[in-house]
Amino acid sequence: MIAPVNHIVGLRSIVRERILPVSGNVLVRLNQKVSATDIVAETKWAKDHVLLDVARILQISATSAEKIVKCKVGDRLAAGTEVAKGKSLLARSVKVPQNGTVVAVGGGQILMEVGESKVELKAGIPGTVIEVMAGRGVVIQTAGSLIQGIWGNDKVDTGMLVNLMDNPEDVLTESKMDVSLRGSILLGGIVKEADTLKAAADLPARGLIISSLFPSLIPLAKEMNYPIVVTDGFGSMPMNSVAYRLLSTNAKREVIVNAEIYNRYTGARPEVIIPLPISSEPPASPDAQVFAPGLQVRMRRPPSMGFIGSIEKILPGLTLLPSGLRAPAAEVKLENGETITVPLVNLEVVG
Amino acid sequence: MASSLVDGNSLLAVDVGAANTRAVLFDVVEGEYRFIASGIAPSTAEAPFKDVSEGVKNAIANLQSVIGKSLLDSGRILITPSQPNGSGVDALVVTLSAGPTLKTVIVGLLKDVSLESARRLTSSTYTRVVDTIALNDKRKPEQKIDSILRHRPDLVVITGGTDGGASRSIQKMLEPIGLASFLLPEEKRPSVLFAGNQKMESEVKSLVGSLSSSIHISPNVRPSLETEDLDPAERELAHMFVEIRKRQIKGVDLLDLWSGGHVLPTAYATGRMVRYLAKVYDDTSILSVDIGSSAASIAAGFKGTSTLGVFPQYGLGENLVHLLKHTTLDDILRWSWLDISKGVLNDYLHQKSLYPSTIAATKEDLAIAQAIARQALYLAMQSALNDFPHNIAQIKPTLTPLFSPIFAGGTALSDASRPGQSLLLLLDSIQPVGVSTVILDQNNLLPLLGSAASRNNILPVQVIESGAFLSVGTVVAPVVNTSYGTPILRGVLKYENGTEARIELKYGSLETLPLASGEEGKLSLQLLKGSDIGYGPGTLPKKKEISVTGGALGVVFDGRGRPINLPTDAVRRRELLKKWHWTLGGE
Repeated sequence: MIAPVNHIVGLRSIVRERILPVSGNVLVRLNQKVSATDIVAETKWAKDHVLLDVARILQISATSAEKIVKCKVGDRLAAGTEVAKGKSLLARSVKVPQNGTVVAVGGGQILMEVGESKVELKAGIPGTVIEVMAGRGVVIQTAGSLIQGIWGNDKVDTGMLVNLMDNPEDVLTESKMDVSLRGSILLGGIVKEADTLKAAADLPARGLIISSLFPSLIPLAKEMNYPIVVTDGFGSMPMNSVAYRLLSTNAKREVIVNAEIYNRYTGARPEVIIPLPISSEPPASPDAQVFAPGLQVRMRRPPSMGFIGSIEKILPGLTLLPSGLRAPAAEVKLENGETITVPLVNLEVVG
Repeated sequence: MASSLVDGNSLLAVDVGAANTRAVLFDVVEGEYRFIASGIAPSTAEAPFKDVSEGVKNAIANLQSVIGKSLLDSGRILITPSQPNGSGVDALVVTLSAGPTLKTVIVGLLKDVSLESARRLTSSTYTRVVDTIALNDKRKPEQKIDSILRHRPDLVVITGGTDGGASRSIQKMLEPIGLASFLLPEEKRPSVLFAGNQKMESEVKSLVGSLSSSIHISPNVRPSLETEDLDPAERELAHMFVEIRKRQIKGVDLLDLWSGGHVLPTAYATGRMVRYLAKVYDDTSILSVDIGSSAASIAAGFKGTSTLGVFPQYGLGENLVHLLKHTTLDDILRWSWLDISKGVLNDYLHQKSLYPSTIAATKEDLAIAQAIARQALYLAMQSALNDFPHNIAQIKPTLTPLFSPIFAGGTALSDASRPGQSLLLLLDSIQPVGVSTVILDQNNLLPLLGSAASRNNILPVQVIESGAFLSVGTVVAPVVNTSYGTPILRGVLKYENGTEARIELKYGSLETLPLASGEEGKLSLQLLKGSDIGYGPGTLPKKKEISVTGGALGVVFDGRGRPINLPTDAVRRRELLKKWHWTLGGE
């Protein structure tokens, strides 16, 4: 059976595609080195539109209105510019209410774009641009440790990692933060209170890596202007041992927190990258595997949710679970030595 | 190799769900179509595969290992038609529910007329209405344009105007659609379905046609103010759903090719099967409920008409995190027989939405999962009730109409560890009334049969009658309002061998009488306290004895009244839930 993979690994080659939602301009070139916060592509679109119905305003037919419209598609017009004027002695004129660009003219109507929204696509990882897709985006490659999470607040930043955890079960509180942490990426545990998130913002911290977040804090976490990556889940879940070991042993290193929103269809996931120097290109981690004895796995549902173990044996046929359901299952040896039976669908490979 | 399906060709049916993909083989055994076996594999619409055909091939490969013959060649291509050496199949049909819910804008003239029809139409498939544009919309045209641009809908459904009626107003409403589509990049433009005033067809094509990714015209859903006819537009919408999915998800086009265009949305295929069965079983109303990862869906077939409601907002997968927009933690927890805190439930909803394919391994996890499924299906049924026709057999307009049989499918129901657990979930959420046969679709065959019906109309009937479905039994649920513990019904069940079993049903309780699958019995009832089973308070059918069919649980008497009013005291409520659970074979 195919096994989903959550990447929590040491030195690996990491390749990420960065694509604009609509076509725009790529700002970097092939083989260029980029940092995680560099803008690699951008696009613009109109913030709002204005529709001027000349025919209605001047109370004339659409055909007549079409004849007196003075602008054409592509014209950039300043507020107050006259775009049509009636033909009678006391004829009214139609003026543009705001600065904008004409995008369509027809049927006695003028459609204009006003204001501008800019979408800037950040690299998300530091590395080398290995492919440029003209007008769309880039592919970037780097090497380092990778810790994928389950939730992110759609921000990205880099900074020095400071470990505020003594063990994987730690709760991060406001009292653990002081001014010496300003500009750092904080490795915390469980976040239960809004004050914790606000205190990190007040420092300000450059990012937060936490094991779990109370669901009631999700709206506030989305508002924070620093990236937050949740590694394990919602509620009071300790950090899985693999992520904890990898992160806590890399304290004082420069890390990238790319808190992308998890998208199951595109494969985008929030992640933490610890760039590492390399002499030769390390291997990449496979995105999917087949369940087999020896694989390191994480439990995605109770019992032992969040625990790490290794598959001892894939059980034949269907196994009767304590819930009464029957499903393909495996025997998994947890790190504490206990062996439990887990349905395969509740496992994900960690590697 | 036979030359046509009716002559006995094999048929492979594949259902691509959000979490799992199933491949099911039907073939002729001793002159009749039978369900042979099924294979299952995780669906692969999501990353890293982003190609549904991978999951389909894996499910077929698993099916191969069960049946011991090859269906895929060495290049993992489906072998079709079947070969003299026994490999391959003669035909393939596919049902599909995987993928993100389609963002939809509905456009209509009047809120209670054409817009209501548009809403009902879009609820026949996996859509989410992101904006509604009506004649009385106070927004400026440019605000409507900006709203459409912000939402980037996959689909725009336009209704309005009776045939030969209003056209100028519709034209006015089409302008923002056309202009917004014009401003969107070509690859992001929505598909447009026009199901309004047929006189407008050419105008709609000229205003919107070249600016949409595809334009579809179907007969008016409101040919006159008094008449609503959704069927042709539903059929067109089902076709559009598949077309949109082909653009969104890799592999759908391959399945379309292999099946010769026989790909349908899963819920639509179920609705078609229910409609078909309602015609076969002429004098009865049929209900199918399904709750899975993508959505809860309710299909009902009545004499000459049918309804289909698809509710992605009540699906038990990635949308679970949004369930609290429609209900409360308390309303979910009222169904739990274990003492679960609100915090634990809230964490569960968020965690499960991350991993929709996971299953309950512990009893506590199962209790939470089942409580959520009950509330989600309950909400879906309440929504569906609004769209049922008014002239149908029912005891009270606010209650579930009289249905028999009731088909139940979807992971939450078919994965229940015991049939009693599935039945109780169904009784709590659907709250059927009167006398109903309940059939569990353990292998989720109903949509596949609905899809197969387009290629072979004998197959569905023969498979249903072959025992591929699990008969849970017959449920007798009187409508009555009295105090707990008051006798409301006495019954005598006469078995085929002449023996009898008796029962006294008290208000607030569940009771069962054994009647094995395949057996029939005659049930005589005495209705007390004005109990109503569909013939009026205290009134029995003219033919005093009711024929009942057996099943895994025999005949189940549900004396809890309708609607079920659970005790407000949490301890007493949980005790009762446990007792009911235990009565139907739980632990």
